[in-house]
Amino acid sequence: MKFLHTAFQNMKAPFEKGGKFEKYNKMLTAIDALETFAFTPEEVTHSGSHIRDGIDLKRTMSVVITAMIPCLLFGMYNAGYQHYRELGELATATFMDMFSIGLIKVLPLVVVSYAVGLGIEFGFAMYKGHSVEEGYLVTGMLIPLIVPVDIPLWMLAVAVAFAVVFGKEVFGGTGMNILNVALTARAFLFFAYPTFMSGDKIWVHEGLTNDAISGATILGDLAAMKGGLEGLRFSAEEMFFGLIPGSVGETSVLAILIGAGILLLTGIGSWRIMLSALLGGATMGLIFNAFGANGLMQFPWYEHLLVGGFAFGVVFMATDPVTAAQTNTGKLIYGFLIGFMAIMIRVFNPAYPEGIMLAILFMNVMAPLIDHYVVEGNIKRRLKRVAVKTAVSN
Amino acid sequence: MSKDIKIKQGLNIPLKGEADKVIGSAQRADTFLIKPTDFKNFIPKLLVKEGAEVLAGTPLFYNKQYDQVKVGAPVSGEVVEVIRGAKRKILGIKILADKETRYAEFAASDPSTMTREQVKQRLLDQCLWPFIKRRPYATVARPADEPLAIYVSGFDSAPLAADVDFVLNGKDKEFQAGLDALKQLTDGKVHLNLHRNLSTSNVLKNAKGVQVNWFSGPHPSGNVGVQIHHIQPLNKGEVVFTVAAQDVALIGSAFLTGKYDATRIVAVAGPVVSHPKYYRTIQGAALKSFVGDVNGTNNRYVSGNVLTGSNVGADGNLGFFDKEVTVLEEGNHAKFFITEGWAGPGLGKHSMSRSYFSWLMPGKKYELDTNTNGEKRALVVTGEYESVFPMDIYPQHLLKAIMIGDIELMENLGIYEVDDEDFALCEYVCTSKTPAQKIVREGLELIEKECG
Repeated sequence: MKFLHTAFQNMKAPFEKGGKFEKYNKMLTAIDALETFAFTPEEVTHSGSHIRDGIDLKRTMSVVITAMIPCLLFGMYNAGYQHYRELGELATATFMDMFSIGLIKVLPLVVVSYAVGLGIEFGFAMYKGHSVEEGYLVTGMLIPLIVPVDIPLWMLAVAVAFAVVFGKEVFGGTGMNILNVALTARAFLFFAYPTFMSGDKIWVHEGLTNDAISGATILGDLAAMKGGLEGLRFSAEEMFFGLIPGSVGETSVLAILIGAGILLLTGIGSWRIMLSALLGGATMGLIFNAFGANGLMQFPWYEHLLVGGFAFGVVFMATDPVTAAQTNTGKLIYGFLIGFMAIMIRVFNPAYPEGIMLAILFMNVMAPLIDHYVVEGNIKRRLKRVAVKTAVSN
Repeated sequence: MSKDIKIKQGLNIPLKGEADKVIGSAQRADTFLIKPTDFKNFIPKLLVKEGAEVLAGTPLFYNKQYDQVKVGAPVSGEVVEVIRGAKRKILGIKILADKETRYAEFAASDPSTMTREQVKQRLLDQCLWPFIKRRPYATVARPADEPLAIYVSGFDSAPLAADVDFVLNGKDKEFQAGLDALKQLTDGKVHLNLHRNLSTSNVLKNAKGVQVNWFSGPHPSGNVGVQIHHIQPLNKGEVVFTVAAQDVALIGSAFLTGKYDATRIVAVAGPVVSHPKYYRTIQGAALKSFVGDVNGTNNRYVSGNVLTGSNVGADGNLGFFDKEVTVLEEGNHAKFFITEGWAGPGLGKHSMSRSYFSWLMPGKKYELDTNTNGEKRALVVTGEYESVFPMDIYPQHLLKAIMIGDIELMENLGIYEVDDEDFALCEYVCTSKTPAQKIVREGLELIEKECG
C-alpha cells in the first residue's frame, strides 16, 4: 500500500508551507481526514504511557455501524413487505421484489444523510482548522433508520443540516453536543413538517399516493381506539420480528437484539443504560396495565417494549456516550427514566406516539444534572471522611 | 491488624518479553548520569563543578526549596559534564567512574536504636532522603513532614516490571534495617503491601514491626497510591510517605554498612529484547553496559516500565528510581486501514474492549509498539477510565477539573490521593488518546504551587 501512502503525500505537498497552493492550506484538513481513514498515522507516543490500546474512535464508530447493519437490511426488506401486504399482494411478490423496493428507497436516504452531514463536518473542520472527528459516521447511519421510508430527500437533507449545525457544531463538534444529533434531526422533522411526519399515511411505501394503502402504525391504531384491543392487526410475533409498519430500521426487535449483542459483547454499548431503560419501560407499562383505562393502557407491557422506536432508541441512541450520563450510577438512573418516560409520553399524549424520541431528548438535557448529583455524592463522602476524623481526634 | 483487599478494576497488559529470573553478567559501566529531571517539582542547585572528584554518596545537588534534601553520586569518579538544556536547565550530571568504587564512609549503625532526629539526619546526610516520596503530589518528601504512615509496596504489577521478590532475594537484613529506619520517621504504622497470588518469599513475609496487607487483583494493585486509598485514604492536609521496596533495602544497607551502595538488580525486558533477563548494575549506569542484544534498530529504550517510564534512547542511562529497562519497537509507520489499521481484524492488537478479534485468544502475549493507534480526539467514550481505576474517585471528572484549572473542584474530586502513574492505565485504554498522565502532573504542580 506504499503507492497509496505516497499518493497522499503528493496530494498534500502543494498545500503545505512553501507549496504552490499554500494559501489554500485548509485543504490539508480534508486530505488528512481521508489519509487517516486509509492509514492509521505513524504518530508515536510522546508523553506518559509508551504503549496504547488498539482501539480508536474510528474502530468504536465502525463497531456501532456494524451493529446497525441487521436493522438496515431488515428495514429494506420490510419496506417492500409492508407495501405488498397493504396491497394484498404478499402471495405473489418475491423476496427480491420486496427487498429491491427497500433498496431503491433506503439507499438514497443513506447517501444523502452521509453526503450532507459529512460535507458540513468537513466544512466546519476546515474552517476551524481541527481534524475531522468521526462522530457523524454513526449519526449518518442512524438518521435514515429513524425516518419514514417515503421521506422526500430534500426534507432529509434539511433536517441533517439543521441537526449537525445546531445540534452539534455550535457546541464545538463531536463530543461536545448536549442532544443526540440523530434525534435532533428526527425532532426537527417532526416539528417542522408535522403534516408529513404524523398521521397514518407515511409509514408504508406509496401510502400517500395510493389509497389502497392505509399503513397506520400500531401505536397510531391504539391511540385511535377508545375501548379494548380488538382492532389490533398484528400479533406479538410480528412485532418481534418487525413485520409491522414504522420507520425504516426501528421495527425489528430481532435485528435490534443482534445489534445490541454486538454492542454489549464488544463492550462499546453500555449495558447499564440498556438494562435500566428496559426495566423503566416495563415498570411504566405494568403500571398502565394495572389501570387499563384505554387501548394504549391495556396494551400489554411487553408488547409496549416491542413496538415503535422503543427498542431501537434504547439500544442505539440512549447509549450514545456523549449525551448520556457519564457516571456508572448516573447511567442506571438515566436509562431507567428514559424507559419510564418513553412509555408514559406514548400513552398520555397519543399525538406523539414516538415517546422514546422525546424521552431521550429530555433525558439528554437532564443527564448532566444526574451526573452532578452523583459526583456531588462522591465529594460529600470525601468531606465526611475528614469530618469523622476531626470529630474523633477532638 | 493486616488487611485483605481485593482490587477489581484494572488491567494486566499481556506484553511479550518478560524477564527470565536469572541474573546475566553485565560489564561495569564507564559513565553514569544522574538526572534532576527524574524528580518531580524539584529545582536542582549544583554542589559540584565539572572536574570535581566525587565518592559514591557525595552530594551532587540539592533541592532549592528544601536545601537539606541532597542527591548523591552513585559511584566514585570524576564529574565530567553538567548537561544543560534551554535556559541552562540542568538535565544531568555525568560521572566518569573509577575502576573500583570508593565510598563516602559513615558509621555503621543500627537504625532501631536511633532516635527520630538521628535517623532523619542520617538519611539526609547520606543522600538517602530522595528515595522517600510523599503524598500528596508524589514528590520527594520534605524534611519537616510528619507522615501519618509510611507505605511500602512489596510488588510491582506494571507490565514487565522487575519482580520485587526476586530482586530482594537474600537481602533480609538490609530490608529489615530499612524498615526499622522508616519506622522511626512516623508515629503511625509502616505498611508493607503484598500480593496474594504472586510468589512472596521470606524476605518480605518475615518483615517485622510492620503491618502486612494482602492485595489481590490486576494492575494497578501494585501502585502505592491505590494501596493507600484502600488502606486509609488520604485527606486534605495529611501527608504520608512511600518508598519502593528495593529502595528500602538500599537505605537499610547504607545504615548497616555506612556505605551508599546504589547497586541494583534491573530487569531488561520487552518484545524486542533477544534474551530478557535481570542484570546487576548501578543506578544511573549507561544502558549500553548491560542491555544485551536487541532485535532490529528502530527501537525505543524506556528506563522504567512501559506505562510510566521515560524514553532515554539507546545511549541513555538508567533513571534514579527505575528498576527495569523496557525496549519496544517504535511504531512510526502508517498502518493501512483494512490490514493492520482500524478496520482490520486486529489479531495483533491488544484492547481492553473486545472490538478486535484478538479477544478470542486469551493468554496471547502481544508485541506492542509505540504507535498511538489512532489520533487524539475529544473525549467521547465514558466508563473506560472507571473500569481500570480502582479508587472511589471519578477519574474523567477529575481530569476535566484539571483541564479547566478549577482548584477547588480538583480538591473535592480527590486530587490529593493520586499520582500521574495512577492514570497510566486510563491513558492506555483511552479511545480518544488523551494524555492523562501529563494532565494530572500539571494539576498536581498547580496545586502544589497554589496550596503548598
